[in-house]
Amino acid sequence: MADLLYFDNNATTPLAPEARAALEPFLGELVGNPSSAHNAGGRILHAVEKAREQVALMLGCETGEIIFNSGGTEGLNTAIENALDALPTRKQIIISKVEHSAVSNVVRPLARKGYRITEINVDRFGRLDLAQLNHEVGHETALIATLWANNETGVVAPVAEIGDMAKRAGAMFVVDAVQCPGKLKLDMRAQAAIDYLAVSGHKFHALPGTGALFVRKGTPYRPLIRGGNQERGRRAGTENVPGIVSMGAAARCINEHLEADIKRQTELRDMLQSGLLAKLDNVIVNGDEQSRLCNTLNVGFEFVEAEAILLMLDAAGVAASSGSACESGSLETSHVLRAMGVPFTAIHGSVRFSLSRYTTAAEVGALVDHTVKIVRRLRELSPFGREKPAPKKPADLETHKAYFATT
Amino acid sequence: MQYSEKIRDHFLHPRNAGELKDATVIGEAGSLATGDAFRLYLRINSQDVIEEARFQAFGSPTAIATSSALTEMIKGKHVDEAVRLSTRDIAAYLDGVPQERMHAPVMGMEALEDAYAKYRRLETLDEDGQSARIVCRCFNVSHGRIERAIRDHHLSTIAEVTHHTKAGGDCNSCHADIENLLARARAERARAAEEDRIRTARENARKAQPAGGIPDLQRAALIQEVLDREVRPGLAMDGGDMELVSVEGATVRVKLSGHCVSCSSSTATMRYFVEDKLRELVDPAIEVIDITEHGQELHAPPMR
Repeated sequence: MADLLYFDNNATTPLAPEARAALEPFLGELVGNPSSAHNAGGRILHAVEKAREQVALMLGCETGEIIFNSGGTEGLNTAIENALDALPTRKQIIISKVEHSAVSNVVRPLARKGYRITEINVDRFGRLDLAQLNHEVGHETALIATLWANNETGVVAPVAEIGDMAKRAGAMFVVDAVQCPGKLKLDMRAQAAIDYLAVSGHKFHALPGTGALFVRKGTPYRPLIRGGNQERGRRAGTENVPGIVSMGAAARCINEHLEADIKRQTELRDMLQSGLLAKLDNVIVNGDEQSRLCNTLNVGFEFVEAEAILLMLDAAGVAASSGSACESGSLETSHVLRAMGVPFTAIHGSVRFSLSRYTTAAEVGALVDHTVKIVRRLRELSPFGREKPAPKKPADLETHKAYFATT
Repeated sequence: MQYSEKIRDHFLHPRNAGELKDATVIGEAGSLATGDAFRLYLRINSQDVIEEARFQAFGSPTAIATSSALTEMIKGKHVDEAVRLSTRDIAAYLDGVPQERMHAPVMGMEALEDAYAKYRRLETLDEDGQSARIVCRCFNVSHGRIERAIRDHHLSTIAEVTHHTKAGGDCNSCHADIENLLARARAERARAAEEDRIRTARENARKAQPAGGIPDLQRAALIQEVLDREVRPGLAMDGGDMELVSVEGATVRVKLSGHCVSCSSSTATMRYFVEDKLRELVDPAIEVIDITEHGQELHAPPMR
């Protein structure tokens, strides 16, 4: 698969070479349960704690605030349950209309248990309606749970402002930061309103099946998975040592190179965006370009269908996706793009390209060439493809008005 | 989504793609808003044979592969023969279409039927009001299209209807309507199956008898069954009943009781209704004689 052009890093990322090197000894040479008293166990425990230091550094928090677990979904389930337990008399939960299913599918069924679920709108650019949020949040609010960065569009939420509103109302604040590591500076000391924050290893070049939950010191916490005394009694089950070690090494890469990585990914993503927009008409960028993850481009090609683009890209050796990987296969158009009110001419043709630190300029160039060729080909096939492009410049608009005035 | 090699091939290398300038007729289905659309160009000669078929399609890989396959399948065929193809034939030609994408062949057939109707100057199939009513507004799917998909593919769940027509695949607000259509189809199927069973029983009985028709005993049992199923439940609703008195050859004697006895409209109507049912389901030669002694129970219908 050396020739694969991989542009689906928001779905999952390749293992970092540093992470692979770090975990390899744990696949054979080094054996031992971190909870065991013998020396081998102690060595393993040391490796787990080294990883914790790196992850804590990445999140800007104390090592004691990190709980290793199986990934983002477990972290969010645990956080939401804990946040609600902390404020048992409050019966409102606030999320947004563009949440990942790891939050929305946990929260929505709670309506049956007497909770009032409020879903905050987003605008055409995927920006949260803060006025609506301010209006809704109150002394009944137990919890605000939201994405820090949207997995489909990369739109970054104003976490500090949302956190302020949560704290003024005395509500808990849970953040899904699964898309953030390596693309955004995370600093829990600066973001004092965040009570719980979940990340997942495989989204930042560690192994899948491993993640971390940040729980701020002093925040109520009860384990979701009970049993042994691992993770200081906060998450039972023998540690996924290779996973944790890989996550520590991946976090270390981020801690050492974050600024350079962000700059590089931004440049390449912008190169991709301008390349596509320069060569194709009727292309819409989905999401707020002023506040967007450095690696994500969600783009709607009007008059063609996304699955057709993706299958042709796949045949050309390019991996990309439409919407969320967790929803592909269903007929539903992306709930995120629907909530944003993306026009129907583009919603069926919206594709997400997501880069990583390993993406090269040559790969981006090849992707632009393939995509342009494919979209043109599909538009040739399409009965709508040759329709007149929508007027773009004011001059065209005037011609249009003049035309309608005379008929 | 796992596709067959045939679908991948027809999608990546579509046959007969593009406009046909000298088309005799153009069939259309789907729309931009629903995510799938298909335009079918046919050149038809004076013998009603499709000489050339081309297409334009917007939509999923399956929609494009289906369009390509359909043009290959109908080229050289007589229009009457072409329009008799089914969505199953298209799926078979493509070595199977994923369940979730069966709406693509359905759309292909719609475009072909549209072209056929225009060519034959027929009304399109969905013009009769009720069947054109839109049930699923997300994907613009009509009552008639859902009914036909249920019937043609023996669908029994909402998920299957969604896979075949897209209806109900997004906002879910039409699920109750789809469930009603499914319930109606289930009842229809049950009735058809029951009639089939009786017909088969009749055939078998005929076969068992070398000459002279069904033996009276079997015939009587069949007649009793038809009365029990088709006639007596209706009468019971009005407080009446009908009894089978005797069967001699094709002559069937019945007796009404309860309210039926005093109901003046009943006797003649009943006799013809019962006779029609028995002729249809048992033996075309049957004659029904009503031997109720009308007047006897005139003032005293039994309490029920």
